[in-house]
Amino acid sequence: MVPSSEIPWGALLILLPLAAAILCFVWPKLAVVTGVVTMLLLTLAVGGFAWQLQREGLYQHAVGGWETPLGIGLYGDGLSLLMLAMTVLVGLAITLYARSYFNQKQARVFWPLWLLLLAALNALFLSADIFNLYITLEMVGLAAVALVALKGGRDALNGAMRYLLATLLGSLTYLLGVALLYHSYGTVDLVLLAERIDNSPVVWAALGLMGAGLLLKTALFPLHFWLPAAHASAPAPISALLSALLVKASFYIFLRLWLVLFAPLGGDVALLLGLLGAVAILWGSWQALRQTRLKLLVAYSTVAQIGYLFVAFPLAAAAGAMLWNGVSYLMLSHALAKAAMFLAAGNLLLFGGHDRIAELDRAVQRLPISTAAFALAGVSIMGVPPSGGFIGKWLLLEAAIEQGYWLLAAVMVVGGLLASAYIFKVVGYAFTRSTATPEPQSIPMGMEWAALLLAIASILLGFTAPWVFALLGIGDPFGGGAP
Amino acid sequence: MNESVWLPLLVIASSLIPGVIIFALAERRVKLRTTLNLCGALLKMALVGAMLWGVYHGQHYEVRLALLPQLELVLRADALSLLFVTLSSVLWLVTTVYAIGYLEGSPNRSRFFGFFSLCVTATVGLALAGNLITFLIFYELLTLATYPLIMHRGTEASRRAGKIYLRYTMAGGALLLVAIIWLYTLSGTLEFTPQGFLDGIDEQHHPALIIIFVLLIAGLGVKAALVPLHGWLPEAMVAPAPVSALLHAVAVVKAGAFGIIRVVYDVFGVDFATLLGVTGPLVIVAAITIVYGSLRALFQDDLKRRLAYSTVSQVAYITLGVAIAGPIAAVGGMVHLVHQGLMKITLFFCAGNLAETLGIHKVSEMNGVGRRMPWTMAAFTVGVFGMIGAPPVAGFISKWYLGMGALEMDQGWLILVLAASSLLNAAYFLPILYAAWFCEPSGPWPEERNFGRKETAWALLLPPVVTALLALAVGLLALAPFTPLAWVEFVVQREFVP
Repeated sequence: MVPSSEIPWGALLILLPLAAAILCFVWPKLAVVTGVVTMLLLTLAVGGFAWQLQREGLYQHAVGGWETPLGIGLYGDGLSLLMLAMTVLVGLAITLYARSYFNQKQARVFWPLWLLLLAALNALFLSADIFNLYITLEMVGLAAVALVALKGGRDALNGAMRYLLATLLGSLTYLLGVALLYHSYGTVDLVLLAERIDNSPVVWAALGLMGAGLLLKTALFPLHFWLPAAHASAPAPISALLSALLVKASFYIFLRLWLVLFAPLGGDVALLLGLLGAVAILWGSWQALRQTRLKLLVAYSTVAQIGYLFVAFPLAAAAGAMLWNGVSYLMLSHALAKAAMFLAAGNLLLFGGHDRIAELDRAVQRLPISTAAFALAGVSIMGVPPSGGFIGKWLLLEAAIEQGYWLLAAVMVVGGLLASAYIFKVVGYAFTRSTATPEPQSIPMGMEWAALLLAIASILLGFTAPWVFALLGIGDPFGGGAP
Repeated sequence: MNESVWLPLLVIASSLIPGVIIFALAERRVKLRTTLNLCGALLKMALVGAMLWGVYHGQHYEVRLALLPQLELVLRADALSLLFVTLSSVLWLVTTVYAIGYLEGSPNRSRFFGFFSLCVTATVGLALAGNLITFLIFYELLTLATYPLIMHRGTEASRRAGKIYLRYTMAGGALLLVAIIWLYTLSGTLEFTPQGFLDGIDEQHHPALIIIFVLLIAGLGVKAALVPLHGWLPEAMVAPAPVSALLHAVAVVKAGAFGIIRVVYDVFGVDFATLLGVTGPLVIVAAITIVYGSLRALFQDDLKRRLAYSTVSQVAYITLGVAIAGPIAAVGGMVHLVHQGLMKITLFFCAGNLAETLGIHKVSEMNGVGRRMPWTMAAFTVGVFGMIGAPPVAGFISKWYLGMGALEMDQGWLILVLAASSLLNAAYFLPILYAAWFCEPSGPWPEERNFGRKETAWALLLPPVVTALLALAVGLLALAPFTPLAWVEFVVQREFVP
């Protein structure tokens, strides 16, 4: 018996879903069982990883025993842990949801791809060099494209095509930057790069390319054009994972690069990112308010919420680690809340047969659990207390006000008000009098509860911040010491 | 871990947990729902009673839970918070009984009572809040919990009211959030402290503090319905009667007024606020609100609308008492928190009874209603005299202290405002009484329901009678120990006697 502290939890997080994906592919009959069991094991593994991380302070693993400039190194700190935990939480709900959502034919395609995607995501969050990050990002992207196209039909293929183009363009641009850096400095390891890098045109070109590629994949305004169509046309669980996890994956890489490579170089870039974020908040929220289709509304809300993540950049230099804690928290609570919203929207769409907001009252009233999920997730998206969104927003607003960035503060507040407008536009239909007669429940309970549990989690995040921040501080990902 | 930690938590839980369970209950589980509602309300009363006893004897109740590394959620029972908690828990019990009777047989009752309980939870939470962030959390929760109650009927009018309510309150909440964070960046603490925690702040920040004060009052003034932020309140009267009763007497408007008390006394401190020169303008805003609300009430034919404008006016008494910044006026303002609650809830119960039993919604339909529903109208009459400020009903006490307080601080012109308001109150209330008691019915009632020998159902009749008696009792026995007045004097000592 190996003592549990020596189990390579990090490696398991990647190998387990990978093996399961292959198993599902070979043995489609066992797909659902394999998927569910793997998801549970992954939850356990993240727990183990967290425990190990807490004991040892930092996770480093050289695959096959080859040390880093030559081999592939796995690296994990508090930020990796947060991302892994986010993946597992959202993953659990999507797994529960997908169990009943897909028919047998679709399930055969879904489960292997989903497990592959999980493996790729976990690998991404544990990678420490910019080339591995590229590989994993590409794997994540390709698996996601296939999932978007899963249902077939014109809409789905159209959305998948857009998504494919955006994701390929994004990762190729990123790869170009990686090549430039490797050519100039002879390494792809983040830590070594940070030591060697200097302020030269090549570096600027490389970082510009990598940044642009990642921002495209993160869908920061004005590079968000592909997102609403792709996120809205996908099947509900896929929309959930696109909005909750995928944009966060590329944002995670951007953040890592920023912390290690960018931040010392450019203050003006930070301001530009902040301004783009502010425009994203206003534009995305305004578009969300104007939508007549539910899933498009939720998708545009993602555009706005991504804006919040970038508003933090110009504030970071003076605010320090606590602000990044806030950004990470916002990312986590957005992931849970947005996944809950897409799953709930999927239920409403399935029950009502359409997602035209103005005609949703019957569905909204017959599915109280889904509606409650939508509303609770909405509370977190609006940033109203008590919720994870509130905590994140509080930290951002505090930094903005303290440093006198009144414009950014005002945009964040207005964004919250617009969010409440578009969320209540939907929730309000729960209170009209519909004349429809009672009809049998046709949405499986698992699908309703998957949404509700995620939404409740996003609310409960309002009370867990000190604890999460302590974990987040492991390995000091943001510099400036643990909080 | 002992009772001083558990009691505040239990007080919150005693409505939160029944509320959450009720959401999950099927519509037909009437008995279980009623039991949960009543047990929760009774339990809360008992717990609050225990806490009153403890605080009076110097016991300290406090719970802290870290929200952020330096910010805590604090629930603390001090004398001021208990004033509001007691009012809420007593009136919650009464309103629950009323709501059970009022909604009998109507749809969506689980949803209604679920949100109803959440609403009370939020009110009690913000009363117990020990710092501004805790206050904000419950303040926003209150907004979210009240919205479904206003929309409950699901008609076009109630949807409109809900929308308007949200626009006002969400915007108010946003102002409050900005103000609180700004304050936090300047002071580094948000903890409510008797006589405030800001007077040590560097003088160069004083202009910022003035803006923060304005933002805070604007954010709170939305709920307290200070003119010109009162627009949502008359619209919100489309809600079912128990909701209006709760909204106008305890939950929403009082949350705003209570917040103003906290901000002036425990954040800025009276002396510091006077030094900044912010109390003077607040007096003027309150005075305008008092007169304006009364004037508008005069022209409303819809009974509930008239009552709503009367609330706008009456709640501003609380703000006025606080803003005058003297101890006697403070007593008048704070005691009005309780007195107005008792009187206004009575009036709304009665309006609900008229609507439910006879289908009367308009003042012009009330001719001769006193003979058909003598008990209801007797309660209504007590409420009306209280509002006008006639002794011995509770309202007289408030006005007396407010007037004396104004004189004490050399603000004699406010006596004119109070007198004008009383005259206007009389002008819009007394014709109702005259019509009800002395006129002949002008025809059959719009929509009469028969309750046998009783004038209406017990559950509808008892609550207004009880609250009317309470309003009478706290006025008559004002000088006895343990009345609201005595308790408020206990509270005020803390602020004014260093």
